Amino acid sequence: MEEDIDTRKINNSFLRDHSYATEADIISTVEFNHTGELLATGDKGGRVVIFQREQESKNQVHRRGEYNVYSTFQSHEPEFDYLKSLEIEEKINKIRWLPQQNAAYFLLSTNDKTVKLWKVSERDKRPEGYNLKDEEGRLRDPATITTLRVPVLRPMDLMVEATPRRVFANAHTYHINSISVNSDYETYMSADDLRINLWNFEITNQSFNIVDIKPANMEELTEVITAAEFHPHHCNTFVYSSSKGTIRLCDMRASALCDRHTKFFEEPEDPSNRSFFSEIISSISDVKFSHSGRYIMTRDYLTVKVWDLNMESRPIETYQVHDYLRSKLCSLYENDCIFDKFECVWNGSDSVIMTGSYNNFFRMFDRNTKRDVTLEASRENSKPRAILKPRKVCVGGKRRKDEISVDSLDFSKKILHTAWHPSENIIAVAATNNLYIFQDKVN
Amino acid sequence: MEGTMFARGLKRKCWDGDEDVEGAPAAPSYSLQRQSLLDMSLVKLQLCHTLVEPNLCRSVLIANTVRQIQEEMTQDGAWQLPAPPVAGRGPLDHLVSTEILCRAAWEQQGQRPAPDLPSELPGALGAPAPGSAQSCIWEADSSRGHRGSFPKSLDQIFETLESRAPSPVEGLFADAGGPYYDLDAVLTGMVGGKSGPGGGDGLQALAPAGAPPPSASCKRDLGELDHVVEILVET
Repeated sequence: MEEDIDTRKINNSFLRDHSYATEADIISTVEFNHTGELLATGDKGGRVVIFQREQESKNQVHRRGEYNVYSTFQSHEPEFDYLKSLEIEEKINKIRWLPQQNAAYFLLSTNDKTVKLWKVSERDKRPEGYNLKDEEGRLRDPATITTLRVPVLRPMDLMVEATPRRVFANAHTYHINSISVNSDYETYMSADDLRINLWNFEITNQSFNIVDIKPANMEELTEVITAAEFHPHHCNTFVYSSSKGTIRLCDMRASALCDRHTKFFEEPEDPSNRSFFSEIISSISDVKFSHSGRYIMTRDYLTVKVWDLNMESRPIETYQVHDYLRSKLCSLYENDCIFDKFECVWNGSDSVIMTGSYNNFFRMFDRNTKRDVTLEASRENSKPRAILKPRKVCVGGKRRKDEISVDSLDFSKKILHTAWHPSENIIAVAATNNLYIFQDKVN
Repeated sequence: MEGTMFARGLKRKCWDGDEDVEGAPAAPSYSLQRQSLLDMSLVKLQLCHTLVEPNLCRSVLIANTVRQIQEEMTQDGAWQLPAPPVAGRGPLDHLVSTEILCRAAWEQQGQRPAPDLPSELPGALGAPAPGSAQSCIWEADSSRGHRGSFPKSLDQIFETLESRAPSPVEGLFADAGGPYYDLDAVLTGMVGGKSGPGGGDGLQALAPAGAPPPSASCKRDLGELDHVVEILVET
C-alpha cells in the first residue's frame, strides 16, 4: 500500500540553501544560539566554526537569511596523558551557548576532559592617533613629541575574534559526554560516564560533584551515564540518562550529592522482544528537555520517546526511527554501529521532533498529527533551492522505484548531530564532514 | 531492580531441576551462534586497548552482554571451556551468522525451552546474586580440573579499565590545582601507564591519587617528568 506522506503539515517544504563542505574534518556537534542568529559546529579536529545569519534585505529576497561563516578558531588541541600513556582527543563533544548579555557572544565547548568558555566578539573600530606610538605601532622618540592629542576611534574592517576566557580542567577522570548551562546563567554542569560536576563560570579550579555512580569495585560496574541536561526553567532540577535506558531527575535542593533521584523514569521491558541486544539498544544516547520544560525526549538505538515529567512509569509517546534494523542487530553489533550515539532535537514550539539515521537520512515526527517523514541530506539528491523529497526504506517485498532497500543502506553515512532553530523552521544537519542547512520555503 | 544485572538477563527458566549435561538445545545452531556471539564480544573487549582511552559505555554494554550469555549458558548447562587462547585469530574463525540471535525470544520457542515470564523469575533459577553465579562457573570449571579463562578475562578487563582510569581523591570540592604523584604508583611503573593483569588489588591500591596535570598544548611540561625521575634516583 503506497502511503503518500504529506509533508506540508510538518514543514511546508524545505529548501536547501547551502552545503558547507568542511572537508577537513568530521562534524561532532551542532548548536544554534538562543536567538538562532548564530550556529556553531565543532569537529573532530578540535575546531569550532560559527555561522551567522545574514540580515534580511529587501533588495535580495532570494538570499533570505543565509548562514555565512562568522568565526573559526581552534578550541582544543590534542593532548597526551603521560601517566596513563593515552591520547586525549581534541574532538569537540559538545558546544553550548550562553544567553547573550552584552555585545559579545559566549559559548562552552568541551572535549573528553576539558571544558572551555570562549568569548566571541567583534571589533570594527580601532584607535588611531596615539601619542607615544606611530601608526605602525613603533615607539616614537619622546623628543619629537611636541603636542598631545586624544586618540580617536576610526572604523576598520570587521574582525571577529575568539578568546578563551576560562578553562575548566582536571575534574573528569572519564570522558565528558554532556555539558548544560543552568537557567541561572551562573552555573553549568559537565557529565562524564560516571560523574556529574557543577561549575560556577567564574571559578575554574573547583567544581562540585553532584552525581557519582562509580561503584567501589569497578568490576561491579554495569551502568554508565550517557547524557545530562538542566531543566530550562528550574535551576535546581536536572536529568541524566543511563546505558540501561533509564532517566533520573534530580533536585539539587535535596542534598549536595544527588545520588538519590527525585524521579526515576523507566519503561517496563517487553518480554516478547527480549534478545541479547535488548540492553544495548535500550541505552539512551541523548536526552533533551522540551522548551516548555514539561517533557523530556530520549533517543535510544531504534526509537525516540517523549516522557511527561509527571509520569515515570512509561513514555507518553514512542516513535520508531528505523525499526527495520531490528532484524539486523547482530550485524550492527559486529560492525559497532549498534553503539552509535544519535542525538535528537525539539523544534521551537515542541510540536515536532527530529533525529538522524543511516544513509544520511534524518527523520521528523509531528507530535500532533502523528505524521512522520524521512529526508536525506546529500548533495547528489538535492540541488540548491530544491524541495527535499521524502525518502522511504523498503522493508520487504517489492521495492518501488524511489525506495531504498534495507540492505542498500550505507551505514557509514550516519546523521548523529542535528539542530533546530529556536523559533523558525530552519534546521542544521551534520552529515559526516558536511553541514546542511535547510529552511522553509519563502512564499 | 537497578542494581541487579541479572534481572534482565534471565531469559528462560529451567524446566527440570537438573541440567542436561550435554545441554545442547534442540537446534544446535542456536548454541553455536550464541558461542560465536560470545567470542565476538570477547574479541571486542580486548580490542579496546588502543592509544585512545576506550569508550567506557561501549565496554560496559559489551561486558553486560557477555554476562548475559554466560548466565544463559550456565542455565543451559552448555557451559564449555573456552578455546585455548590463540593469538587473536582463533575466535574470529568461529564466527558464524548470528542472525538467529536477533530474533525475539518467542520466535525461538520451537528450538529452545520457553522463555521466562517475568512473574516467574524470582523462583525460577535460584541463582540470584552475580557473585554466586560467578562462583558457580568457577566451581564448575574447577570440577573439571581447569579454571576457565573466560571469567578471568572479564575481570582482567575491568581491572585494566580501573587502573587505566584511576579515581582521583575527590571530595565535594575537587581541587584541581597541580598533580600529585603517589610515589608507590611511580615506582611500580604506573608512570608508563602499562598496567598488565595480575596486579589485582595491588594495582587499585596504588592508583595515582592525582588527576592528570593540566596541559594547554601537546607539549608537556617536562619539568614534571624530571621531578619524577629525581624521586626514582633518590630512592
